[in-house]
Amino acid sequence: MRDVAVIGIGMTSFGELWETPLRSLWAEAALAALDNAGVDSVDLITIGCMSSGLFTGQEHLASLLADELGMAGVPAARVESACASGGLAVRAGFAEVASGLCDTVLVTGVEKMTDVDGADATYALGTAADAEWEGFHGVTFPGLYAMLARVHMQKYGTTREQLAHVAVKNHANGLLNSHAQYHLQVGVEDILASTLVADPLRLLDCSPVTDGAAALVLTTVERAREIVGDKPVVVITGSGLATDTVTLANRGELAELGAVKLAGERAYAMAGRRPEDIHLVEVHDCFTIAEIMATEALGFFDPGFGGSAVEKGLTSLQGKIPVNTSGGLKSKGHPVGATGVAQVLEIVSQLRGEAGQRQVQGAKIGMAQNMGGSGGSSVVHILEVV
Amino acid sequence: MFSPARAWREFPQRYRLEAAKCSGCSKILYPPRLVCPECGGRKFTEEALPRDGKVVTYTVIRVPPAGFTEQTPLPLALVELTNGVRLMVQIGDVEDPESLEIGMPVRLEFRRISWDGEAGVIFYGHKAVRAAS
Repeated sequence: MRDVAVIGIGMTSFGELWETPLRSLWAEAALAALDNAGVDSVDLITIGCMSSGLFTGQEHLASLLADELGMAGVPAARVESACASGGLAVRAGFAEVASGLCDTVLVTGVEKMTDVDGADATYALGTAADAEWEGFHGVTFPGLYAMLARVHMQKYGTTREQLAHVAVKNHANGLLNSHAQYHLQVGVEDILASTLVADPLRLLDCSPVTDGAAALVLTTVERAREIVGDKPVVVITGSGLATDTVTLANRGELAELGAVKLAGERAYAMAGRRPEDIHLVEVHDCFTIAEIMATEALGFFDPGFGGSAVEKGLTSLQGKIPVNTSGGLKSKGHPVGATGVAQVLEIVSQLRGEAGQRQVQGAKIGMAQNMGGSGGSSVVHILEVV
Repeated sequence: MFSPARAWREFPQRYRLEAAKCSGCSKILYPPRLVCPECGGRKFTEEALPRDGKVVTYTVIRVPPAGFTEQTPLPLALVELTNGVRLMVQIGDVEDPESLEIGMPVRLEFRRISWDGEAGVIFYGHKAVRAAS
């Protein structure tokens, strides 16, 4: 395998971007990444997008978007793994460069979610669950994570307040991110007073409906060196992908995210790293409980201690292991297909030392964890600056 | 919403709770599959699920998806039946959501689950209702 570097990053602001169609969101992020990399041609475009069909009535994105960039003819492929589609696009691009099939790949993720109303958006997201044996009964994503939260609370004594601390921290981080959807200072009491969505999860436990796109340019480390000279180069040293049962009824252990654990172990093994080596991590906090369970599954805390860790500040910007410095899905926003790409972008930005007010000092090794559905899939990447 | 054909082909599982018992390892699969995830076996016999079980975990949906906007709040549970099979179902006849709890004994009853407008398909299946402990 060849070593793979990230030489370009670009993203749109995340938010309710009523004036912008999917293709323009995507092109804005793609052009920003190409400009950031200083390249104007690529061998392949990968696109992570969960459900442009249900959200906008548009499929066949790969060709549509290649053409939008004036690159009709260039190979392009859309990949889908629900909310982990973006991470899967990174993984697909990584594999192409590492294998030698391509030298330079434009990795992108996009979702345009505000062209449908709330019930239709909830329905579209719900298709990441088992449509016949879960969706049929009216379950929603907040509902599935609420069920996981109940089990975690029962088994480990995780408290309602600890869930709220995840949102408080991530909104505090999001205040320092100009691309974030929300710039809100919230306290535990605000979360506990927000509307119930699916007991015990409340509105401020949930990531929002968001429009946005993010993009990276990947190439070989040799080519990266030619382009950037002696400046630091960020390399993807580990990539792990795993599945779990989509249907919660088929999952033996509900207090653990098995796909995240497996994907993490695979990424650690490839990179030759352990949890103690990681300086910061972006995890898939689609709901507050998800961040707690992800930090446990990735080995940063023992099972059952993710809740107390966030309460003690161990995952805050100055903590032992800063989690979701970007504001996470909670505050930055969650355009589902773009999220996995934007997580890697945040890590690259931190490792380059370009994260501004939310910079983690001395960050050399970072991780990004993206997740599909209620943990039915997960993608984990480890990045290091060399 | 689901088409009439889709509703029709799921009648055995929705109406009669038909499951498949693996001839190799006796694992019971609901819904039936072509291959047993436990032992890889491909031979099954038909077996109906028991109606009694307990709540493994639950929630009450306050913000419903399209198709369920007339049914909120919507209590849902993952139920484990007496033979170990788990399934996602609505909880029926809930007057006070605060009374729901993990471990609550329930019994599956045949109920209307959802409907596609005034002239569309009516979807039936099973809901869990509280049983005497």
